[in-house]
Amino acid sequence: MTVHEMKHAASDSARLEAVGGRLSRVDGPAKITGAAHYAFEQRLEGLTHAVLVGATIAAGKVTAIDTRAAETAPGVLAVLTPDTIMALKTASDWFGTPPPDRPYCPLAREVTFSGQHVAAVVAETFEQAVAAAALVKVWYDETPAIVDLSDGNAGDGIAIDAMTKEWGDAEAAFAEAPVRVCAAYNTPREFQVAMEPHGLIARWQGDQLTIWEPSQWLDGMARTYAEWFGIPFENVRLVSPYIGGGFGSKALALAHSAVAAAAARMLGRPVKLVLTRPQNFTSYGGRAATRQTVAIGADRQGKIQSIVHRGVNETAVDGMWVEPLGSVTSIMYATPNFSSKQNVVRVNTVVPGAKRAPGENPSAFGIECAIDELAYELGLDPLEIRLINYAERDPHAKKAWSTRQLREAFATGAEAFGWAKRSREPRSMRDGHQLVGWGVAAGTYPVRRAYGEAMVKLLSDGSAEVESSSIDMGQGTYTILAQTAAETLGVPVEKVSVKLGDSRLARAGVTGGSRLAGVMTGAVYKAAGQALDELIGLALSDPRSPFHGLQANTLVVKDGRIASPRGDGPELSVAELMGMLGCEKIEAKGDTVPASFTREQRYNNYTTIAMALPHTEGDYSRHSWCAHFVEVRVDEDFGTVRVSRVVSALDSGRLYNPKLAESQWKGGIIMGIGQALLEEGIVDRRHGRIVNGNLADYMLPTNADIPDIQTISVGIPDPHSSALGGKGVGELGIVGVAPAIANAVFHATGKRVRDLPITLEKLI
Amino acid sequence: MRDFAYLRADSVEAARNAAALPGAMLLAGGTTLVDLAKCGVAEPATVVDISHIEGLDAIDVSAERAVIGALARMSHVADHPQVKSHFPAVSEALWQAASAQLRNMATIGGNLMQRTRCPYFRDPQNFPACNKRAPGSGCSAIGGVTRGHAVLGVSEACIATYPGDLAIALVAFDAEADLGDRKLKVEDFFLAPGATAEREHDIRPGEVITAIEIPGSAAARRSTYLKVRDRQSYEFAAASAAVGLELEGDGRTIRDIRVALGGVATKPWRARAVEEALKGKPLDEEIVRKASELAMEGAVDHGANHYKIALAPRVIARAILKLGETA
Ligand SMILES: Cc1cc2nc3c(=O)[nH]c(=O)nc-3n(C[C@H](O)[C@H](O)[C@H](O)COP(=O)(O)OP(=O)(O)OC[C@H]3O[C@@H](n4cnc5c(N)ncnc54)[C@H](O)[C@@H]3O)c2cc1C
Ligand code: SF4
Repeated sequence: MTVHEMKHAASDSARLEAVGGRLSRVDGPAKITGAAHYAFEQRLEGLTHAVLVGATIAAGKVTAIDTRAAETAPGVLAVLTPDTIMALKTASDWFGTPPPDRPYCPLAREVTFSGQHVAAVVAETFEQAVAAAALVKVWYDETPAIVDLSDGNAGDGIAIDAMTKEWGDAEAAFAEAPVRVCAAYNTPREFQVAMEPHGLIARWQGDQLTIWEPSQWLDGMARTYAEWFGIPFENVRLVSPYIGGGFGSKALALAHSAVAAAAARMLGRPVKLVLTRPQNFTSYGGRAATRQTVAIGADRQGKIQSIVHRGVNETAVDGMWVEPLGSVTSIMYATPNFSSKQNVVRVNTVVPGAKRAPGENPSAFGIECAIDELAYELGLDPLEIRLINYAERDPHAKKAWSTRQLREAFATGAEAFGWAKRSREPRSMRDGHQLVGWGVAAGTYPVRRAYGEAMVKLLSDGSAEVESSSIDMGQGTYTILAQTAAETLGVPVEKVSVKLGDSRLARAGVTGGSRLAGVMTGAVYKAAGQALDELIGLALSDPRSPFHGLQANTLVVKDGRIASPRGDGPELSVAELMGMLGCEKIEAKGDTVPASFTREQRYNNYTTIAMALPHTEGDYSRHSWCAHFVEVRVDEDFGTVRVSRVVSALDSGRLYNPKLAESQWKGGIIMGIGQALLEEGIVDRRHGRIVNGNLADYMLPTNADIPDIQTISVGIPDPHSSALGGKGVGELGIVGVAPAIANAVFHATGKRVRDLPITLEKLI
Repeated sequence: MRDFAYLRADSVEAARNAAALPGAMLLAGGTTLVDLAKCGVAEPATVVDISHIEGLDAIDVSAERAVIGALARMSHVADHPQVKSHFPAVSEALWQAASAQLRNMATIGGNLMQRTRCPYFRDPQNFPACNKRAPGSGCSAIGGVTRGHAVLGVSEACIATYPGDLAIALVAFDAEADLGDRKLKVEDFFLAPGATAEREHDIRPGEVITAIEIPGSAAARRSTYLKVRDRQSYEFAAASAAVGLELEGDGRTIRDIRVALGGVATKPWRARAVEEALKGKPLDEEIVRKASELAMEGAVDHGANHYKIALAPRVIARAILKLGETA
């Protein structure tokens, strides 16, 4: 693959509209003025409201449900229980694994976690539904729950052999290494906490189902609905033009989605169901709690001889989630001997899910703290030890990196931060009562690739439309696709409108794993190129065209005007030309899907993740990279930690829009600050229940907690990663932030905190 | 639907009459009442809206005293120039409380009446046992998640922390609450749980707080409110201290000192032992730190809140020493 040179690529990226230009979000004005309508804002005739009843135990059986009081409450249309909700079919999982042939009931008879939906009330108004839901009485036969990883009955869990990565003889080499560190690193259950809660509006018209639901994956979710109800995929329409944040949580249709869609079918009326904030902590999974031990053996010069890594993450009693804890461990540093193994432990929780950089994030916390510990053990600078062990190629896949600007990230970040002025000793820098510490850590995220499709239309007024069922949850899809189309077509960016978030549009796979920008810019580039070729073909061949008979085999379009490349002959606007041609519009659906794909494979390409391309496919290993430099201030009396400065240098390859990439990086860094210092789902161990499932008690950083953050791009176009040379942006920023902060806290205080979050009682 | 009657009172008299109705609750800024109604903790039969009563939001401050109407907004009081100069701890306590949006809505009267943040108290669906909500039902917190719970003034019935900030400053400076027919010390207005956790305030049916009065003093003029918490803003205190200081003419010897604690006790907690230990003593770091430890006499922890016993004295000491530095 080669990087497709955009016409203005190098010289003109100062132009806002060009790919690489700092165009502001094109969806911004609609959001600021309220013109953007989110899923729950649809006004539908005859809309009804559903409210869920959650289990108050973490494990056991529902023995009886008394719905009489609720049924006779004012406005109530239906009370659904496992016995009365319509039967659904089990849907395939996100790999497309054919489902077992058994019914699916989204309301639980067997309770496996606290808060699990056991009943639902549908009423004319929301208030009536809330009041009636409180009248539903549920009896349980409670059995002991395993509340978390440290539960005495949790056990060692299940070995996930697919996660094992080994070369050399790691244990022996570690035992023989002259310098050794070994420690355990823990991260708690964390939640995505998107501002917009989960929920949906479902409407049936005959056998046609329309769902308004915030979604990171319209096609995948549409498939699930179709399979639940046994209707054709085409009969399901998902609408999700705007999303108030997802962070990995909004890619799947969930139990509450099924309840609403089933209720709508049963009642023959549209149903709206929005999870309460506490239900957003129990209706779908956040990041699984993790435990890792990292052992590193090195020679006296600091060269790593061996890394032995063991990881555990929690999963649900009735669902499997593997948070790949060895993902960063196995590629960050060169080592002749390596071993990583992972278990998962079933506990009574909702099945954990994806939260920004699943796997890489906790993995980096382990290895990037451990390497810092090794640096102190050896008396080396934490930056130096990273350079001594720099991996020149992927140590696990044994392949060349496609691009790896990590050395540049270290150098550029260190320079901008002033790392050279750091004093080596812990507890050696202070400002009044504040102990000051500087820490560094690296991060990485694989380049996930997939095939994409897009529709591009050139209209008779010279404007253009881009259509895709992909989505924009704030990352900037609307904007970069407008930029890509504008530049490819040669029309001004304000003449390009982008339609997203409707499953009737050109298909798209999941928006997750930082893949969307690379996939979709490639597809739009291709479709727009086809549209342009068609226009030029017509212009040269149609007798009505002023270019007809011109001795040229192509034409150029720039700023919405078309002319011959030599400048001879006419020059006119695209609109004028289309008028002369009598052409209403030119439509081109372009895709990057291999021509050999069958219909089935194409369907699976958009509705499962099974067709994604491995990041180590072919000759290269493809990843984004970053280095975070952090300053913290720890109050010597109170133990409170505040981050006072962050400088991060990041390699995401070529940036399609640096302004939006910087925002995403900063968003990730802010989330990392929350993870390091504040975030933790706190479980009451007697009840297996999260007790801080609300925005007042689940701590997220406020503006006052966030210092000035400087991000610096050190990426170069990566021809092996995407059509236009970009790598991943969205998840990279968070990876490595928590260990950088933990390392800075050690430098400030001399105290190593290996359990996140680093709250004041751990330092006091 | 949970229906309730809504009455708008246009005078204190009308409010008092309405407040005497069974199941009546006053509505001022609504930031506590609506919140608790949503959690299913407050289920008023009648909501008496007092927010339109004229004149009840007056703020009248001189060096001698501050009289703050019950309907004055937290943000207005925090920003009031005379409050800032004569009672800085009051202003600082207010602007470090809640968020800007809440401070713009919430009133001083409502602030005194805010309820504990104990998560068990706020979740009746999942945790029916709570002596504060349902007397005699037990305490779900004891044996559970107690990181935010109190270490001072606790009983076997309840260990819930008094969460507010303003009242800590009021207690430090001997403020009084005006209930119309009677006035009482804010310190006495708040009740420790004892065996009656449900009684948090000495207020009777039909009573309305009309104003807060704070006597002026040299210590109030040289005062501060220090709040320590996990995040920098929008969080209740892990531990806080309202401190006022008056020095002798030598600029070193403590003539008068006021210390009250927040975030660690079941009610706004005046630390008289610390005050007594420091009166007449020089303002010296060692002495101050040692005396501050006395605040924790009788402290009882429940595991996860143990850190508060170490933290609170350090907060007091820092606040006193900080005041010492300001001339
Ligand atoms: C998310 C969140 C964070 C917060 N953080 C903090 C914080 O950090 N520090 C802090 O101090 N506070 C904090 N608060 C509490 C906030 O300060 C109170 O909610 C507010 O002061 C209540 O005032 P209000 O006027 O809105 O009261 P309302 O909600 O109107 O009333 C509260 C109660 O007081 C009664 N009441 C009101 N006025 C009177 C009166 N005049 N006489 C008698 N009874 C009356 C009502 O009947 C009701 O029971 C926070 C609140 C929230 C929701
Ligand atoms: S501490 Fe008090 S408020 Fe909390 S559960 Fe126990 S009795 Fe209720």
